[in-house]
Formats: sequence, C-alpha cells, structure tokens
Amino acid sequence: MSTPADAETVATRTRPVGAAIGLLVVVGLALVPLFVAPYETTIIGRILIFALLAVSLDLLVGITGLPSLGHAAYFGIGAYTAGWLTINVTAEAPIPLLAAAGAGALAAAATGWLAVRSGGIFFLMLTLAIGELIFQLAQSWESVTGGSNGLYGIPAVQLAGSPLVLAGLRYWYVLAVFLIGYAVLRLVSASPFGAVLRGIRDNEPRMRSLGYSPFRYKLVAFVLAGAVAGLAGGLLTAQQRLVTTADLGFTTAALALLAVVIGGAGTLWGPCLGAALVVLIRDALGPRLDGHGPLVLGLVFILTVYLLPRGFAGLAGLRFRRRPAEPA
Amino acid sequence: MIVDWFDTNLVSILNGFAIGSLLFILAVGLSIVFGMMDVLNLAHGALYLAGAYLGYQFAGDTSSWLGFGTALGAAALVGLLAGGVLSTMTEPLARRPHLDQALLTLGVALVVAELLAISYGNDVLRVNAPPGLDESVQVFGRTYPAYRLALIGVGLMIAIAVYAVVERTTIGALVRASVADRDMVSALGVDNRKVKLAVLGAGSALAAVAGVLGGPIYGAAPGLDETVLILALVVVVIGGLGSIKGAFIGALVIGQVESLGRALVPDLASFMLFGALALVLIVRPRGLFGAKAAG
Repeated sequence: MSTPADAETVATRTRPVGAAIGLLVVVGLALVPLFVAPYETTIIGRILIFALLAVSLDLLVGITGLPSLGHAAYFGIGAYTAGWLTINVTAEAPIPLLAAAGAGALAAAATGWLAVRSGGIFFLMLTLAIGELIFQLAQSWESVTGGSNGLYGIPAVQLAGSPLVLAGLRYWYVLAVFLIGYAVLRLVSASPFGAVLRGIRDNEPRMRSLGYSPFRYKLVAFVLAGAVAGLAGGLLTAQQRLVTTADLGFTTAALALLAVVIGGAGTLWGPCLGAALVVLIRDALGPRLDGHGPLVLGLVFILTVYLLPRGFAGLAGLRFRRRPAEPA
Repeated sequence: MIVDWFDTNLVSILNGFAIGSLLFILAVGLSIVFGMMDVLNLAHGALYLAGAYLGYQFAGDTSSWLGFGTALGAAALVGLLAGGVLSTMTEPLARRPHLDQALLTLGVALVVAELLAISYGNDVLRVNAPPGLDESVQVFGRTYPAYRLALIGVGLMIAIAVYAVVERTTIGALVRASVADRDMVSALGVDNRKVKLAVLGAGSALAAVAGVLGGPIYGAAPGLDETVLILALVVVVIGGLGSIKGAFIGALVIGQVESLGRALVPDLASFMLFGALALVLIVRPRGLFGAKAAG
C-alpha cells in the first residue's frame, strides 16, 4: 500500500498551497458573469460541465486504473433524462439534476458489472463497445430522444419557481453544481475507499489477498463515476437546453479521456485544466477552422502521448510513481 | 414451417453472411495485433474509411473491373504503408503503459477521419460494384444483389488464406508463438519489432481492402469509421483475442445479429448486440476462443 501513502503525503505537502490556489480559482470563477460577456460566460460554463465529466472519468482512469472510452454514455443518459423530465414533468431546480445523476448511476450499474470484470485495454474496448451501443439506442429510440434531431425546446431550469434565463444566473447554477460534484469526488478520492481503489490500481492481486473484493470496489467506483457523469449531463441540459446524440457519442468520450490524460490522470484538478483546453479548441477555435476542431484535437492527442505522458500535473512537478497500468 | 421461415428471411440471412464476411476481414487484423502486441489499434476504423474513399476515387464514377481492381491494389498499398507508420509511431511507446499506444492510435484516427472529411466532404459517396456484379441474381426464387454473394465468397477465400498462412506456415507459427508468449519468442532471437511491423502492415492492409469491398454496400461517408470499429471490436471481444477461428465465428454471429436481428426485431437491435456481447463474456470472459491466461 505504498502508493496511496505516497499520494497522501504529496496531498498533505501541497495542501496549504493547493487550497489557496483552489480558493482563488473558485472566487475567480464566481466573479466571471460580472466581468465577462455572456457568450464567453457560456463557454466557461461549458468548460465547467465538461470538467465535471472529466473529473468523474478520472475517478475511473486515474484512481481506479480503469481507462474508459464509453464514459460519455452516462453523461448523455443524464442529459436526456434531465431534458425529458424538464419537458414532460417539471423544470424545478434539483429534480432534473437528481434524476440525471440517478439515471447515470443506474445505467452504469446495468453495464458496469460486465465491464469491470475485465481490466486494462480489454476494459477500454468493452466500454467503447457499450458506449457505442447506448449511442445507437439513443439514435433509434426516437419517441424519447428525438433520434438524430435531438431533444430540443427544453424549457429553462426553474429555481423556486422563477426560470433561469439570464446567462449569468445559469452560469452560477452550473458553477454551484460543479463545485458540489467536484467536492464529492475529492472526498471519495481522499477517503479510505479511495485508498482501496488506488491499491487495486497498483496491485490488484495483493488487494485481493488482503481480503478486498476488487470487483465490488471497481463496480462502486464505476457507478459513482456514472452518477457524477449523469449529473454533468443534467447540467449540460440546463445550460444549452438541447441534447443531441453527439453528446453521448464516441468523440465526446474520446475527448473526455483526452482531457483526463492531458491534464494528468489521478489528480482530479488536472483533468479540469485538460477539459478547459479541449472545450476551447472544440467550441472556440473549432468554428474558426470551419468546424475542423477534431483535427487539432487529434494532433493534441498525439503530441500529449509523446510529450506529456503525465499531463499538466507532470509539468507541475507532481510525480506519481506510475500511471494507472493494466495487469501485465 | 422452418422452410417458410427461411424463405421469408432468406435475404436477411444472406445479408448477414455478407456483413459477417466484411467484418471478418476487418476484425482478423485487429484481433491478431491485439492478441500479439497488446496494441489496440483504434485507427483500424479510419483505415477502413480510407479504403472506402479509395473505392470512391477509382470506382465512384463508372463501374469497371480496372477501377475496382486499382482501388483494391491502392488500398492494400496504403494499408501496408499505414501499418508501417503506425508500427514506427508506437515503437517509442513500447515500454510505456498500453493505454498510451491506444491513445496514440485514437489521435491518429481522429486526424485521418478529419482529413478525409476535409477532402471529400460530408455526403455519402457511392462506390460502384464491378460490371457483372452490379446486377441482381435469382437465389431460391428471390432477387439478390450479385455483389453481396461475391463478397461472401471473397470473405471465405480470405478467411481460408489467412488461416492457411497463420496455421500452416513458418511465419504463421512465429505469429502464433508471439501471441502466446512474446518474450519467449524474443529470447529465441526473433526481432519482435519485425513481427509487429509485418502483422500491423498486413492487418492494416486488410482493413483498407475491407473498405473498398464494403464500398458498394455502405458507400463512403464520415462516421462509418466509428461504426465499423465498434462492430470489429465486438467481434474481437466475442471471438477472443488473437484467435482467427474466434474472429471468424464472431464475425458470423455479429453479421447475423446486425442483419437478421435487425429484420426480426428492429427496435431491439442495439440491445441484441450488447446481449450477445454480455452472454459470451459471462460464459467465457476471454471470448469464445481466447487463451485462458491472455490479457
């Protein structure tokens, strides 16, 4: 169990500095709508949503050592659930979000028991296949998802009866939920449960011989990650009031993984930076390149693998003993 | 009863075999590279797409054997070269976690698919079947495109050829040995990198050729790369890594699920694909013909 201990020491050593930087970032983010134009505010909101997705994926990739290429599926399921509820039942604030998180968790439980039986690249492949099947389902189930047209005309989210129409208010709503989701994952990662997950990542046979059931721990981590991804999906619905099949497609899943890897897997804050870069390229730079943002993202992917094997976190000098590896 | 059922669903069953044929050609390379080197080549679908666009380039306007043949040759060449490039690109990552190699190929896949979209646009482009095969024939009293029948034949021939090479030649023995124990083969004095180069080259060539062969059925369009990659992955998972027999059986099963399954219960097609995957993995976690200790 040396690595969880190491990680813990690192966390303790950097805690005061890290906490100060964290606080500054949160204050800065809270002030955004007061100083930034609505369009840019919306982009930052999108970054936060994508960051929450990336952080939830980091719980799998970085902490549990399960590289998933199908994580966007639970994000999309959350988004569709929230959208459907907002249209057909209620737009009152926490309900669509809670339902989105619940749906994400349920879907993750329904598919995760199969996926977490494997590890490493096999897991990557299985989650990719599962994610794509859920994508196809969303495309063919037109009565609920709107098929390839997407789910549109979603009313604005309501807080205590008044709809959040202003971009700034909506942004604060997104920020608040992002912070809650991030805090939950932070707590999970720092808990004894998180330490067991790291133990499974680094040496699964040893954890098993110590009496832990890797399958159960992995499944709980998978469901938790699915729930937070679903929550992020619910936020997406609140923000853009439109859900399309692209939101749960392969590209979104790949970009979430890119955000995790480029930011530094296992750090939780690194993937947020990664998400910022990915969204800026996709949504801000992409339109200027005639919608060929993926080309740049593909190049970023290739460069990251060669130049930044530990992501931004590696640049910051935070060295972890090794990246989540699969059993040999 | 049964005869009636066959008669009604004959076209779907034949379609299933045609899709299975195509899937086998795609999946066999993916499976061997994966089983041997643990390299998950996520650019495999992009290679298929490149092949499909080569098909459009040479056989898009008119139906001719020369054009179709040129497309096949060009696809094989492009595939071989691409396999060489991929092999070279993943070489510096050999000592790093396998995830890094998968991510690299994912990046390559995004770039290639995007470059193809820039060059050819977003429309579905047509690829013509060669003359003589672009018509319909009578099969048990039903009309059926001749090209798809030919595709089933070509798939069988390629399956037999791959099987013969891997199971009956010295090179094949080397490949099988590498799937079983890479380090031992290396200890015997064989350069692993050359085996990987050869297998990745051959697998990529097959993927690009599959793109041309699939052209007259699916055309060439953005997004096709993901669809075929997923189907090929499911085939590989079901069949077991590194197993040719597994890829063959897996391709036949998924071909029927995709065609007959879609025809019989259109609403549940995605569930059936997942169901087939789940069922096989519960019974055989390493796939139907996967090695027990692999992975």
